[in-house]
Amino acid sequence: MIKKLAKVVAAAAIVGALVATAVTPASAVVPGIKSGLKIAIMPKAVNIGYFTAWNKGAQKACKEIGAKCTYVGPTEATGPAQVQFINKIIQQKYDVLVISAADQNAIVPSLKKAKAAGITVVTSDADVAEASASSRVVSILPAASSRIGTAQVDWIAEAVGKKGSIAVLSAAATAANQNAWIKAMGPYLTKKYPKMSWVGGTVGKSTFYGDDDATKSTAQFAAILSQYPDVAGIISPTTVGVLAAAIEKKAKSAKVKVTGLGLPSQMAPYIEDGTVKKVGLWNPIDLGYVAVYAAARAESGTFTGKVGTSFKAGTTTYKVTTGGVAFLGDPFTFTKENIKTFKKIY
Amino acid sequence: MKKKYTFGWDQGVSVFLVLTVVVGGFISEYFATIDNISFVIQDVAEIAIIALAMTYLIIAGEIDLSVASILSLTSATVGFLFRNGTSFEVAIVGGLLVGLLCGLLNGYLVTVIGLPSLAVTIGTLALFRGLCYALLGNEPVNELPENWIVLGYENIPGTFLPWSAIPLAILAAIAWIVLHYTRIGRWTFAIGINPEAAKFSGIPVARMKLGLFAMTGLMSGVAGVVYTLRFASASPDGAVGYELSVIAAVLFGGVAIAGGIGTLWGVLAAVLSLGAIRSVLQLIDFSANALLVVSGALLLISVVAPKAIEIYQSRRNSAFVTK
Repeated sequence: MIKKLAKVVAAAAIVGALVATAVTPASAVVPGIKSGLKIAIMPKAVNIGYFTAWNKGAQKACKEIGAKCTYVGPTEATGPAQVQFINKIIQQKYDVLVISAADQNAIVPSLKKAKAAGITVVTSDADVAEASASSRVVSILPAASSRIGTAQVDWIAEAVGKKGSIAVLSAAATAANQNAWIKAMGPYLTKKYPKMSWVGGTVGKSTFYGDDDATKSTAQFAAILSQYPDVAGIISPTTVGVLAAAIEKKAKSAKVKVTGLGLPSQMAPYIEDGTVKKVGLWNPIDLGYVAVYAAARAESGTFTGKVGTSFKAGTTTYKVTTGGVAFLGDPFTFTKENIKTFKKIY
Repeated sequence: MKKKYTFGWDQGVSVFLVLTVVVGGFISEYFATIDNISFVIQDVAEIAIIALAMTYLIIAGEIDLSVASILSLTSATVGFLFRNGTSFEVAIVGGLLVGLLCGLLNGYLVTVIGLPSLAVTIGTLALFRGLCYALLGNEPVNELPENWIVLGYENIPGTFLPWSAIPLAILAAIAWIVLHYTRIGRWTFAIGINPEAAKFSGIPVARMKLGLFAMTGLMSGVAGVVYTLRFASASPDGAVGYELSVIAAVLFGGVAIAGGIGTLWGVLAAVLSLGAIRSVLQLIDFSANALLVVSGALLLISVVAPKAIEIYQSRRNSAFVTK
C-alpha cells in the first residue's frame, strides 16, 4: 500500500514536471489548437504492430500541439472490451478520445456517454456504423474506396510503361471491398491510359479470384500467364494474392509486372530483390497523426467536423466528405527506399 | 463445522469488497464517483445475473459452461426476430424462450440421458455459439429501437443506478430467499452434499436438476437481453469467455466446486469485488497486459484459497470433521 502510494506520488511528480515543461514553450504550439489537451489514443487492441505504428503518428502530432497523449486500450479487439476503457476515459475526464472502433455498434452507447460528458470523439482507421455517425465528430479513414482502386492502376501503369494489357488477381468473388475497388479500375484505365487494355476486354473478364488462399492464388496467377502469355501487368488488391504473385513471379522468373495491396513486412524480401517495384497500403502512422489534429481542432472550437468543412494537420489540409469522413488520400506506397523502415512496423 | 466455515468465507469476501472500494477511493479520485459506481454495476450486471443461477447449479454439484453462448444466442434471437419484422417486445420474449429451451436441453442431456454436465455443456457451448452465426450470419443487428436502448446505458432518473440494477436486484432477492429460506434451497444443498442420500430421502433429484439447468438457461437469457440493450446491438460473437467470469465469481464467492457449500450473498459480493478491482486497476492506469495477469491470479486464488482454508481448518479441528 505504502509502496503503491509512493508510486502514485512519484507518478504525480513526473506528470507535474511533464506538464510544466509542456506548458513553458507556449510559442511552439500550433495556432487554433489549445495546448495541454488531455488526449486518449485507443486502438482496437494494444500489442498489435499496426496500432503501435498508428500510435506513433498520434504521439508525433501530440508533441507538435503540446498535448498529453496516453495510449490505452484492451488486450482483445472487441467492442465490449473497449467499452470498459471508454468508461475509464470518461471518469478520468479526458478532453479528447481518438479511437479505432473494434465493433461498429457495441461502442456507440459509450461514445454517446463520452460525448455527453464533454469529450471530443474522433474515430480513426475504423469507424462506427453509418447510422451512428453522430456519436463522433469526424472519422479519419485511409482512402475513398474508388481511389484505392484507381491508385493501383496508376502503380501498374508506371510499372509497365503505360502500355500493354493487364489483369486482376483478387480475393473471393464475393469480397465487397475488392469488388468496389475493381469496379473503379475499369473506366479509369480506359480514360487515363489509352494505350493500355484489359487482357479479357473488360475489367470483369480480366479478374481472377484466388479466394485469399495462398495455394489458389498461386494457381490463378499461373492461369493468367498461360491463358494470356502477353499480359504485361497484374494488380492484386489483396495481401494474400499479391504475396502469392510475388513468390510465383520470382520462382518462374516471369516478366509480368506485379503490384497491389501488400503488407510491408511480408513483401519486403520481394521489394528488396526487385521482384516487385511497388506495393501500397494505408499508412497507420498518418491515420493517427491526422486524427489527433482533427480531434484537437474540434476540441479547441476551430473545426466542426461538418460535411464540406476542412482542417489542417501538419502541412496538409483535409476535407470532410459525405458521412462525416475525411480521407487521407492516396494509399501509402512501399518501395526499396522505405521498405526497411516499414517492414518492422506492420 | 462446515456451516461455520462457509459463513466465514462469505463474510471475508464482503470485507474484501468494502476494502476494495475504500482503498480504490484512496488511490484513484475517479473511482468512488457516482458515475463510476453506476458503470461498475452495469459492467457486471450480466455476469451477476447468470451467477445467481450458476450458484444453485454448482451447489447442486453440476456446472454449465454454455451460459455465455446461451446469452449470445438469446441476443442473436432478439436481433433475428426484430430484423425479420416482429416488434421488439415479441423479440425479447422469443429470446428468453430460446434461453429457457437451451437450459432445458442441457438439463435433459444431464438428467435423462445421464451425461456429465461438464461434457454436455462444453458441447452445447459450441453448438449454441454456432447457432448464433447461423441466425445472424456475419451481419450484426444494430438499429434497435431508441426507447429500449437508452435503458442499456442511462441511469434510472434521479438515481446513480443503471436500469439493469432493477432486474438484478429483483432476481437476486428471489434467488437469495429461495436458496436460504425454502425447501428448494435446502434440496439444492442436499443434492450437492450427497445425491444418493438426497434421492433416498425422497428429493426428486433429477427433476430438481432439470429445473436448475432450465433456470440457468433462462437467467442467461435475461443477461442476454441486458447485454443486447447495453451494446445497442445483437452480434453473433457477443460475450465470448463470460462463462469463465461467471464461474470465477461463483467460486470466489465461496461456493465449493465440489458442491454442497455456498451462499448467495458471498457470490454477489464476489461479482462486485471483481468488477471493482478491474475498475480501480484501469483507473490507476495499470497496463492492460498486467490486468490479464491479475484477473487470472484472482481466478486461481478463488479456487485455491477456500480449499486451503478448508484443509487448514480440518487439520485444526480434525476431531469434528465428519466428511
